[in-house]
Amino acid sequence: MTSISQDGDRDKLRSVSVDLNNDTPLLIDIPDALCERDKVKFTIHTKTTLNSFQKPDFSVSRQHEDFIWLHDTLVETEDYAGLIIPPVPPKPDFESPREKMHKLGEGEATMTKEEYTKMKQELEAEYLAVFKKTVQVHEIFLQRLSSHPAFSKDRNFQIFLEYDQDLSVRRKNAKEMFGGFFKNMVKSADEVLISGVKEVDEFFEQEKTFLLDYFGKIKDATAKAEKMTRSHKNLADDYIHISATLTTIAADDNEAFKSKACISNVCVCVQKLEARVASDQELKLTELFRYYMRDIQAAKDLLYRRARALADYENSNKALDKARLKSKDVGQAEEHQQQCLQKFDKLSESGKKELTSFKARRVVAFRKNLIEMAELEIKHAKSNMSLLHACIEQLQSN
Amino acid sequence: MTAWEPPDSRRRSLHGYHCQAKMAEEREPPPLGDVGQADFVEVEDGEDLFVSTVTTIEQLSPTTPEPSCLPAEDISTNSNGPKQEILLDDDQEDLFAEATEEVSLDSPEREPILSDGPSPAITPVTPTVIITPRAEASMFDRSLDEDEDTEENGDTFDMQITVSDPEKVGDGMNAYMAYKVTTKTSLNLFSRNEFSVKRRFSDFLGLHSKLASKYMHIGYIVPPAPEKSIVGMTKVKVGKEDLSSAEFVEKRRSALQRYLTRTVTHPALLKDPDVIQFLENTELPRAVSTQALSGAGILRMVNKAAEAVNKMTIKMNESDAWFEEKQQQFENLDIQLRKLHASVESLVCHRKELSVNTASFAKSAAMLGNSEDHTALSRALSQLAEVEEKIDQLHQEQAYADFYLFSELLGDYVRLIAAVKGVFDQRMKTWSKWQDAQLLLQRKREAETKLQYANKPDKLQQAKDEIKEWETKVQQGERDFEQISKNIRQEVGRFEKQRVKDFKVVIIKYLESLVHTQQQLIKYWEAFLPEAKAIA
Repeated sequence: MTSISQDGDRDKLRSVSVDLNNDTPLLIDIPDALCERDKVKFTIHTKTTLNSFQKPDFSVSRQHEDFIWLHDTLVETEDYAGLIIPPVPPKPDFESPREKMHKLGEGEATMTKEEYTKMKQELEAEYLAVFKKTVQVHEIFLQRLSSHPAFSKDRNFQIFLEYDQDLSVRRKNAKEMFGGFFKNMVKSADEVLISGVKEVDEFFEQEKTFLLDYFGKIKDATAKAEKMTRSHKNLADDYIHISATLTTIAADDNEAFKSKACISNVCVCVQKLEARVASDQELKLTELFRYYMRDIQAAKDLLYRRARALADYENSNKALDKARLKSKDVGQAEEHQQQCLQKFDKLSESGKKELTSFKARRVVAFRKNLIEMAELEIKHAKSNMSLLHACIEQLQSN
Repeated sequence: MTAWEPPDSRRRSLHGYHCQAKMAEEREPPPLGDVGQADFVEVEDGEDLFVSTVTTIEQLSPTTPEPSCLPAEDISTNSNGPKQEILLDDDQEDLFAEATEEVSLDSPEREPILSDGPSPAITPVTPTVIITPRAEASMFDRSLDEDEDTEENGDTFDMQITVSDPEKVGDGMNAYMAYKVTTKTSLNLFSRNEFSVKRRFSDFLGLHSKLASKYMHIGYIVPPAPEKSIVGMTKVKVGKEDLSSAEFVEKRRSALQRYLTRTVTHPALLKDPDVIQFLENTELPRAVSTQALSGAGILRMVNKAAEAVNKMTIKMNESDAWFEEKQQQFENLDIQLRKLHASVESLVCHRKELSVNTASFAKSAAMLGNSEDHTALSRALSQLAEVEEKIDQLHQEQAYADFYLFSELLGDYVRLIAAVKGVFDQRMKTWSKWQDAQLLLQRKREAETKLQYANKPDKLQQAKDEIKEWETKVQQGERDFEQISKNIRQEVGRFEKQRVKDFKVVIIKYLESLVHTQQQLIKYWEAFLPEAKAIA
């Protein structure tokens, strides 16, 4: 069961992890991925004890668009209306490191060979980090589906995992794109609707207020955290340049050679540490916020659906009253009303469960990440400090 | 050279006055101030500031050969007459003579002669007290004389100059900033031990301009004055009381302090009457010639342009490899320092950015904490916000350190190297003058030969006289050239030592500031950790 231990280790690195216990009948992971230009091809590996699958252990290759398809089909499935559907993983975005690489290439002439190599290494590390992140995010998406009692049985999900041919997912043609666009508009109308609907259930009233407010705040926090991380990375890069120039000066200057070389080393190490602080911060804090921002959006979607159902139920009530007045199609209206009521109740019940577990999940994740981030910061600061002390001693003894 | 023995009567009640053999190479004879009480302490970094001068002055008779015509030519109209300059040159001569002596570390001989009684060769100038630059109290004011290893015990230089209390004087466009220049010293060059005066920026520029015109052409590296800034000053004049103009004033104050400290660290410059007057006199004639648009300013610009052209045309036959090597070295260093300066400025900028972003993140996290309904998590998030706020403060302080310790030092050295290059150029000019004199002499000789056959006795006599005149000039030119070469070697040696020391001191301070930041970070995060763990 090496895959589990791998998962366990990887869980530590992640900001969001899914609880996979040994008894899970369906284990999914993405052991590797290929990056070709803009396209990333993920290798999805499944291990299962369920009979619904043809083989107990198999792998397929999927692209990002396939994930989007899977997510959309789940959203569109009526049965899942009362569930929080895990947010779709964001598109792999290599734009930032690619742009930086381009700029670096342009500025190559102004730097020493060493500097250029180091900057390039940094960029490659960044590229790799983006790559790792996107793999994780896709993996978590699948794992949340597989550990959910309802989703893991979904037929489309099974196809996604098993179908060994290219899914050749129908890319949304123009009509569907438009349809999608229209749906989004309707959804925004729904948002207005929710605020307008009189909520009877206090639990949902509270949740609604909370989630709407929280969403705005966490979105803002994500953006600010991103900016902070970026500044930190810039800072780290500066130390590369400083270190390179100091090395050059030290090479020319025999007298101060030792001290300058020492400083230059310090700068290199400081840079590495600052870069690591920045990336840890990003992983633990920014990614955490980002993920939960999307998750909260999914929770909000659940609320919308429920509010919609409530509105439908209320409409059906009105229709029933009207029918009774006119004494026409009463049976039909009654049936419709019953259906709406049932749907609404179902949504409310599962919605409550989902939202409660969501909160618990969120608190646990926040706790884990905040602790890990604090521990990492302390670790980095300590090693930074010992490094600096060593250098100061060396300089003073010179 | 006979070993010089200071008469016992001269011995002062001063702390041990040490002299080092190696100092000999880097000593510069300061122009003799008055024979006041010379209560000076040694220069910390091993430079024998006053001893040698005093001693040499002692020995010197006013009739030493070469009263230099050198300074006489380019002396600025200054209060101190040419005699001062003569002494200076004499000092130089004897100083180098002195240089071959071996002096033991604790030799009590090196007492400042200035202290006792009137020395025959000294021209009384304004009574001066010697200033001792001391280590600046504030962490961020670069201390030039911090010397932790006194085992080397050069002459400890007991002098401290502080520039403080910037005050706006006047209103509108005629307003200016007045800075208080406080001198604390136990040296006897000055009449008091502690005194202060008010100076404005143009006074500093005026001082520099005088010193440059007096000493650059003989090869002394005169520390450059801080740069003018029209934008900065206009803001101050207009009365903008905001952060950037406060920063500007602080930057300038710090730069002025470093400038003065560097100037008095130079043994020759410290004794210059202009310097002494600058530090002591309550009233100073307004240095109008420093204004950019004044007549003098325009003249300066024209001269600079002319010099640049000349420099291009002079092709010097460098016979001394040392100079060629050094010049190349300084060229390289210049480029690298500029690059480093640019990188550090970028670092400062990014750190400021980081600080701003951290602050805004802190606010955002606080809001998030408020909106969080799980109590423990809400508390933790608020704590996180607080931690980030504190970290923001840290970043700001670190940026301050980056700037005042590192960036400003680099800026100073970029300008200093320009001064060094200027001194090398002066040497070229001197050489060129000498060569021109030789050429002219040649022509005069040819003319004389021609006249000999032309049988015109008066013209012949005139020609002979001219030849004599030019022969002297050629000799003087050669001497000047050798003099300036010697001086430059000394100065460069001193400069290099000072540079290494400065950088080392500053870099250690900078690293310590980084250490401090890390310590604080650890403290903050360790305080936060239990809060995070308490989330249930």
